[in-house]
Amino acid sequence: MRLLKLVPEDTNIHFLKWRLPFYIVSCLLIAASWGLVMTKGLNYGVDFAGGQEIRATFTESPEAPISDLRDQVGELGYGDPIIQRFGNPNEVSIRVKLPESAEGNAGAAEAISQRIITTIEAAHPDIRIDGVDTVSGKVSGEFREKAIYALLAAMLAIALYIWVRFEWQFGIGGLFALFHDVSLTLGMFALFQMEFSLQIIAAILAIIGYSLNDTIVVYDRIRENLKKYRKMPMPELLDLSVNETLARTVMTSLTLLVALIPLLIFGPASLFGLTAAITVGIFVGTYSSVYMAAPILIWLKVSSNSFVPEESSAEKQERKARGQV
Amino acid sequence: MITALVIAASLPSLFSNFGVQWPDSLPDPEINLGLDLAGGSHILLEANPDQVARQRLETMEEAVRSALRDAKPRIRVGDVSSADKRLSFMVDDASQVDAAREAILPLTTGAGLTGQRDWTIRVVDGNRFIITPTQEGLEQAVTLAMDSATEVVRKRIDALGTREPTIIRQGDNRIVVQVPGLEDPQALKDLLGQTANLEFKLVDTTALPADVEQGIAPPGSEIVPYAEDSNFAGSSIAVKRLGGIRGDSLTDARQSFDQNNQPVVSITFDQQGGQKFARLTSENVDRPFAIILDGKVLSAPNINEPILGGSAQISGNFSVDSANQLAISLRSGALPVDLTVIEERTVGPDLGADSIRKGILAMGVGSLFVVGLMIACYGRFGVYATVALVINVLMILGIMAALNTTLTLPGLAGFVLTIGAAVDANVLINERIREERKRGRRVIAAVENGYKEASRAIYDANITNFIAGVLLFLFGSGPVRGFAVVLIIGLFTSVFTAVTLTRMWVAGWVRKARPQDLNL
Repeated sequence: MRLLKLVPEDTNIHFLKWRLPFYIVSCLLIAASWGLVMTKGLNYGVDFAGGQEIRATFTESPEAPISDLRDQVGELGYGDPIIQRFGNPNEVSIRVKLPESAEGNAGAAEAISQRIITTIEAAHPDIRIDGVDTVSGKVSGEFREKAIYALLAAMLAIALYIWVRFEWQFGIGGLFALFHDVSLTLGMFALFQMEFSLQIIAAILAIIGYSLNDTIVVYDRIRENLKKYRKMPMPELLDLSVNETLARTVMTSLTLLVALIPLLIFGPASLFGLTAAITVGIFVGTYSSVYMAAPILIWLKVSSNSFVPEESSAEKQERKARGQV
Repeated sequence: MITALVIAASLPSLFSNFGVQWPDSLPDPEINLGLDLAGGSHILLEANPDQVARQRLETMEEAVRSALRDAKPRIRVGDVSSADKRLSFMVDDASQVDAAREAILPLTTGAGLTGQRDWTIRVVDGNRFIITPTQEGLEQAVTLAMDSATEVVRKRIDALGTREPTIIRQGDNRIVVQVPGLEDPQALKDLLGQTANLEFKLVDTTALPADVEQGIAPPGSEIVPYAEDSNFAGSSIAVKRLGGIRGDSLTDARQSFDQNNQPVVSITFDQQGGQKFARLTSENVDRPFAIILDGKVLSAPNINEPILGGSAQISGNFSVDSANQLAISLRSGALPVDLTVIEERTVGPDLGADSIRKGILAMGVGSLFVVGLMIACYGRFGVYATVALVINVLMILGIMAALNTTLTLPGLAGFVLTIGAAVDANVLINERIREERKRGRRVIAAVENGYKEASRAIYDANITNFIAGVLLFLFGSGPVRGFAVVLIIGLFTSVFTAVTLTRMWVAGWVRKARPQDLNL
């Protein structure tokens, strides 16, 4: 049986030759992502904005009367509701953000949710309420705080681990690659205004872990090659390391993607955001471990000496005397 | 051996998924489904510590008044105020200051381990007492209030007859309530939102209706509004602040009907409460008294005759349901503090079942792709990786059942992610073996080296994933935590199955078949 080879043997692609333009593009993308997050903002779901999300199914109509619902909920005076199809055509999600005045009032979110449900149940007898998420301003504020701490802590802890296991330059390289991945994922959520919820923070934390897998595999090979080919110039050595691990990088990203894409297509609607975030994260993570994490080592002046102490001249002579080369 | 045990533990949950009856004689460690998969309500309740402080100050005021009144000789005080979260009053006769201190001191007790008392008593300007709650005292009061609130919440939920509710204190002033498979979450929230603080207070008939309308109460009285669903909604009446009785000394409360066939709640006092109620009603025949629930007047009937039997009826424009609910609340006792719903997550059972179906379908399709890819690329080694993957999934289920963790909707995504990532170790190893072969090593040495060289990166990668997973676990609550649990367990099992197990199989095969070349 002939086995499938996704990556031809002995590739020798000069990834590093293009490191500068790629770096510039990546930095621009990072800047653009943050620009989007600042200007367009993230579309915070009820977890972070407070308010309610009500999921409902119209059991006797093929399609949900979305515009009717928008009028009925809008008339209650809690601002413009966000009403979307959620899964099948007869399933909807109704999202109402907590009015700013209600931020400090613990019970306000719950009272609003109750009024909305009563109103739509009265207007549509065939509606079935499938789920209700109500989050008060207090709880959503705590979630925001916790999310930021968790992301920062994860990035720092992992950078620290790489530093301990490799060298400080690798720690910085890994951290930069992570920053790139997280930024681009956030940028995508700002661009498409997808709902940003607790699940997305979970997805980003998972991305931090998995995107680092690639980085570590490449770094591990760089370290091995640094010890093996002590005279090889850095760009060449990095190219060699990336090429040697290319088959694995491609294969692993592919197995992750083929596992995730069915979830994106057939999975429950409420997992779409999480799955989409991880899928995008896998793409940018693979790219960043090749184009962000590796080249930064050149600029941070990593060399063989970072791992193997330079020989003193006495040791050199001794080695020659023993007839070793 | 370990593998076998762990897999055995996962079997019951698998069987039940396929509708097969697991024999009753065997232990049955099933995996709990989260509320987002099984359907149910998660409700986070919060108490306001300021309210506890306020109530505590009120109680202190009453206690101080009665202690000074009962002192011999009686100590007269004036200018009593409970503003600024402290109690202050003046002793009329400056020579009685020491006696007053003597009388008040037993009302305070130690709080905490530091020997602090729960109140500090200061005397300023010769005869003014200032009694301030200490931080320790307040904290202790909040803790006590929350403990008994949790107990009351438990009783009320039990009265609803729901199965397996989870009720947990969280932090200083919160209670988490999780009830699976609830038909009517609104009823539950109504029940928990009702403090059920029942009071009987005398109506102050001297108050002028015009004053009452403007919210001005005569000295010693307060204005209390009628409940929204009473016949007099929107108006208020004046009631005497002190001298009423609380409805916390009940032995029973039931929904029943009055002579006009209107739903009412019949209550029975305990002996002490019954005596107090008898005294109140016999001393005030032909005067109206207000039945106040949670600061709202339900009704203000006239006391036609003394009520001596220790039981009474609460009328108040009830429906059978609302009377029943009030009866449950009164039976389980008043909440010592108001609870507000600050977070609610409810998932209907249909949505949960739908999620499971879709999640399992996606997981199946994804697994087939992963397995197909592995076998196409690595042949025999791909088959080993596949068997390891199957064992891996079973082990995760088994460990989840054994540790009694909960499978949530994001947990399903965690499974899919783990399936995609677990084979990474095999990919690393197999690619390394390929390389070693290309460099001309013999089969045995290539396999040996492949496993050895790849392990380093595998361990490093899994440790960083573990760090991210632990932070995810710490950060997340409920569903997100379920995601972290699957990922973390998956890290351990996948290293074991993808590295240790496949190494054993590969080594066994190489020893037996002695292949000269690897089809890899």
